[in-house]
Amino acid sequence: MKLHEYQAKEIFAKYGLPVTPGVVVKHLSEVDEALKQFPQGPWVVKAQVHAGGRGKAGGVKFAKSEQEVHEKVSAILGMTLISPQTGPEGRLVRKVFITPAVDYVKELYVSVVLDRVNRTPIILASAEGGTEIEELAVHKPEAIFKILVDPIEGLHPYQARQLHLRLGLPQESINQGAKLFQNMVKVFMELDLSMLEVNPLVVLKDGSIHCLDAKVDFEDNGLARHKDYAAWRDPDEEDSRELQAAEHGLSYISLDGYIGCLVNGAGLAMATADAIQHFGGSPANFLDVGGSASQKAVTQAFKIILSDTRVKAILVNIFGGIAKCDVIAQGIIDAAKEVGLSLPLVVRLEGTNVEKGKELLAKSDLKYTFATSMDEAAKAVVASAPAGVKS
Amino acid sequence: MSVLLDKNAKVICQGITGTAGLFHSKACREYGTKMVGGVTPGKGGTEIEGFKVFDTVEQAVAKTGANTTMIFVPALFAADAILEAAAGGIKLIVCITEGIPTNDMAKVNKILKGYPDVRLIGPNCPGIITPGVAKVGIMPGYIHRPGKIGIVSRSGTLTYEAVWQVTQLGLGQSTCIGIGGDPIVGTTHIDAMRLLNEDKNTEAVIMIGEIGGSNEEEAALYAKKYMMKPVAAFIAGTSAPPGKRMGHAGAIVSGGKGTAKEKIAALEAAGIVVAATPGEIGHALLEAMKKGKRKKSGKAKLAKKAKKKK
Repeated sequence: MKLHEYQAKEIFAKYGLPVTPGVVVKHLSEVDEALKQFPQGPWVVKAQVHAGGRGKAGGVKFAKSEQEVHEKVSAILGMTLISPQTGPEGRLVRKVFITPAVDYVKELYVSVVLDRVNRTPIILASAEGGTEIEELAVHKPEAIFKILVDPIEGLHPYQARQLHLRLGLPQESINQGAKLFQNMVKVFMELDLSMLEVNPLVVLKDGSIHCLDAKVDFEDNGLARHKDYAAWRDPDEEDSRELQAAEHGLSYISLDGYIGCLVNGAGLAMATADAIQHFGGSPANFLDVGGSASQKAVTQAFKIILSDTRVKAILVNIFGGIAKCDVIAQGIIDAAKEVGLSLPLVVRLEGTNVEKGKELLAKSDLKYTFATSMDEAAKAVVASAPAGVKS
Repeated sequence: MSVLLDKNAKVICQGITGTAGLFHSKACREYGTKMVGGVTPGKGGTEIEGFKVFDTVEQAVAKTGANTTMIFVPALFAADAILEAAAGGIKLIVCITEGIPTNDMAKVNKILKGYPDVRLIGPNCPGIITPGVAKVGIMPGYIHRPGKIGIVSRSGTLTYEAVWQVTQLGLGQSTCIGIGGDPIVGTTHIDAMRLLNEDKNTEAVIMIGEIGGSNEEEAALYAKKYMMKPVAAFIAGTSAPPGKRMGHAGAIVSGGKGTAKEKIAALEAAGIVVAATPGEIGHALLEAMKKGKRKKSGKAKLAKKAKKKK
């Protein structure tokens, strides 16, 4: 789960990480009230969307006067922000953060993520801040320092001091810097984050270190332990079908195509979408109803798929193990009836009770094509989609 | 005729009084696995469906001689269950539980380094099966058939797909290991590959991977250097968009890393036959087997390599 910058800064402040406070506004009429809280300019107006690259995309503006704050807020609120991280469709800006501008002398980059190879958290840091870390990783990997973090002890003070000096930060702030890096790791570990990023981390004129930006992603599994923060989720920033699916224990991801998929198991669901693509079609979604798919889950999954108007055909691919094919078949029949399914449907069932499942489908008045293998199913569904949408 | 799991396995289930734990303990017993009991704190001394229940793993091991465990404990308590099993003397830990926080697994991974003879499979996995002998996990037993193909996979149902294709070809499986779909798992592709390479009764290997991390690339490097047996592979997630977690916590392309394309290229460079579609996994296996043995002596090479290092 991603958070907005203003939410991340609230967490940072709680953990003693130096951030500049500010106010979130959703409407131009709220700007005056915000300026009363922070009367001392100049200010920075920052778009609050779940994507990086906001600055270059015109989502971060400097304002010297109150009048300019109004202008910038008006320009950013409601804009569609397009950055490399948003995709070509961009993101609608619904909130902006108004915060006093900070004077600084140097920009750096710091993040904490999971290092899958070493199976432990890792700090990535660079003295070359302000740029995209992905770009730096490609063009100048030697400029990125990597420090492995002990998953139980956290960042040792000596590691933090070493990092401070390696980044070329002022010697007089070594203890403040070290504490800051340690606290970043503490936030990452205590809140079960998948990422914490500060880009840029800055050096102020007095030599102290300050977090100019804050980015926090909660790891979905860990979120179960942090219900208070789970409530901070911004549904506006997420795909409504993905949220709806999650509420029903289904795993759904929107894709760009027109063939709806309903599969049990994540690996098989990915492979099904791959097969559709391989045979010239384009999957509209990834949908895992769970390895032990229940009848109810199947019905719900059908509803979610059909709420997507781009869907022109549906492929159901179930390998019954724990899930029984007859139960799934009944789920398909019931769901099709309930939602008034009229799209071409290809069903592939294999595994436990497959004969019973086939029988149920055959006896019903459901219109469908039955496939015995995965490849056959993928070919059939691609062939069944109405012509003209296969582009 | 197998790796990790043979007829000597004495298995307990941690979380045996839960719905899933009990259901699968029964299914394992029916398959022929020596299920010797289970653990649920607070229910020690009771019995459920013929299974003796203990309060702790330590007690269960003392009373039953268990050497293997199957964990169904809820996600937020599962890391502790793994550690309890290791401390309690269990040697093979199979953790089925899905949704364990990644930081918990980072901690578990570090602590398990203190137990070099303990093997963890999973979490978030279907488990392990040696067909005809025993299964410790949630896979449907009947789709398997004893044989000589080793299978290692990050996914559940996609593994069944591969197993089924192998069975339908008239071949069978030596051992199938579901290593799990999380970013941090106890046994990786390379670990499983090494075990199957050394197993006398495994003649060929199917490796099923997916997007995210670099586990498959590492296994490809291993295979290139040391693998003596034919290997076929499939990588799921060619159509997955970047930055999206595709069901499995570990199945995510982040920062342009961990794409299916990279993995397939690495596998092919290692001489592994990669199936273009999931339906062609069986076919890819036959093709790999037709190409025959990869190396006459991987062990000799290994020894040479070790000398060089010195």
